[in-house]
Amino acid sequence: MSAVAAEGVWKYFGDYPALANINLQVEPGACLALLGRNGAGKTTLLRILGGLSRPSRGRVLVFGDEVRNRRSRCRIGVLGHGIGVYEEFSALENLRLFAGLYGLAEPESAARRWLERTGLERAGSSPVREFSRGMRQRLAVARAFIHDPELLLLDEPFTALDDRAIAFLQQLLAETRARGRTVILSTHQLREALELATHAAVIERGRLVFAGERTGQMLSDPGWLYRTYGEG
Amino acid sequence: MRFLRQTWLVASKDLRSELRTKEALNAALAFALVMILLLLSFAFDPTAEETRRTSGGLLWLVFAFAGALILNRSFVRELTNDCLDVLVSSPLDGAALFLGKSLAGFFLLMIVELACLPVFGIFYNVAWHRQLGPLLLVLALGAWGLTVIGTMFSALTVNLRLRELMLPALVYPLMIPGLLAAIQLTTALVAGRPLDAELYDWLKLLVSFDIIFTALALGLADAVLLG
Repeated sequence: MSAVAAEGVWKYFGDYPALANINLQVEPGACLALLGRNGAGKTTLLRILGGLSRPSRGRVLVFGDEVRNRRSRCRIGVLGHGIGVYEEFSALENLRLFAGLYGLAEPESAARRWLERTGLERAGSSPVREFSRGMRQRLAVARAFIHDPELLLLDEPFTALDDRAIAFLQQLLAETRARGRTVILSTHQLREALELATHAAVIERGRLVFAGERTGQMLSDPGWLYRTYGEG
Repeated sequence: MRFLRQTWLVASKDLRSELRTKEALNAALAFALVMILLLLSFAFDPTAEETRRTSGGLLWLVFAFAGALILNRSFVRELTNDCLDVLVSSPLDGAALFLGKSLAGFFLLMIVELACLPVFGIFYNVAWHRQLGPLLLVLALGAWGLTVIGTMFSALTVNLRLRELMLPALVYPLMIPGLLAAIQLTTALVAGRPLDAELYDWLKLLVSFDIIFTALALGLADAVLLG
């Protein structure tokens, strides 16, 4: 059974097809780098895969279940463009809230564990509005990972991170993958993404023009994918 | 049990958030008190019997506008940092999200209503507390109807640029039966009239209104949230 299966997914914004007949399967334990230029449809596809938006046609299954099922949503962790935390709450309060929403048995200890893991334990009781950009991004990572999701959907996760934070996120993703979790990440940063990925997919104007295993050639020459499958 | 826990998490989150920022509460309280204290008491003769006969209308006019200020914030507060996306992608039940937000809005609107009553009594020289129990019940039922419809349309209009204008334009026409019943009941109870057969009919209308719109809102929550 695939971790994610998108079957004939279309998405229209008005008359404009932002996604056209996307068929994509991601196997459990894989890490898929979803690549494409600005406006290609990566975020739209990720939102549909995460159950945040309904496809105009087609369907998405997560571990065999419809994506909006409660069971599917328990298995998904989303890190989008926004950090998804409340400014007026402390980091600890935010994590406790989301741990509670995911039904974790001990929200407090899960929240404290992730604060420590992301290096935010000393700032845990400060309101998020006082955090630097990097601290916010680390908190967002903790929020997305707190329920140990089986499928992680990451939209431009390296944006706004400094080198240290990128290294931390890469390490976290490597550990996550080592535990058999599935990761789909969209990014412009080809090298970082392809270093992590087992598979790559390229979207061009809403169409999936390539989906397959990541090869050594992609790693040594990240631009090769766009040159070969893009529109130049 | 899970549904109730999720509802409580959302309601307590919204209340804590509002009590820390006081964005909606301050605006609603200031609007309600200034409108009652200054504008309306100067516009009418507060000692006149006519004013007492229109007390329900005056109060619910203020509550409806103050409610719009509170309910506008209900889903808007989720836009910062895309928190709504995180809530929608989580296993949180759409109806629990909706009910939690409605409860928080209801609690805030009740604060405004309870703050307004004594001020109204002083400035309009009305002994409003003679039927206190039934009056509080009517205020709560009216507030719930307003909150449930307002929260629903707050979710629908959250991504519109003119949402502050759209929300009242959509909510008030739907509120007419509920407001009508609340106004009739409030006017009678403020005047000291006990609940009689005629008032019971209005009360039944108000209760039915609340039940119907609560059921509709809970049933449509997922469709509204995902669009």
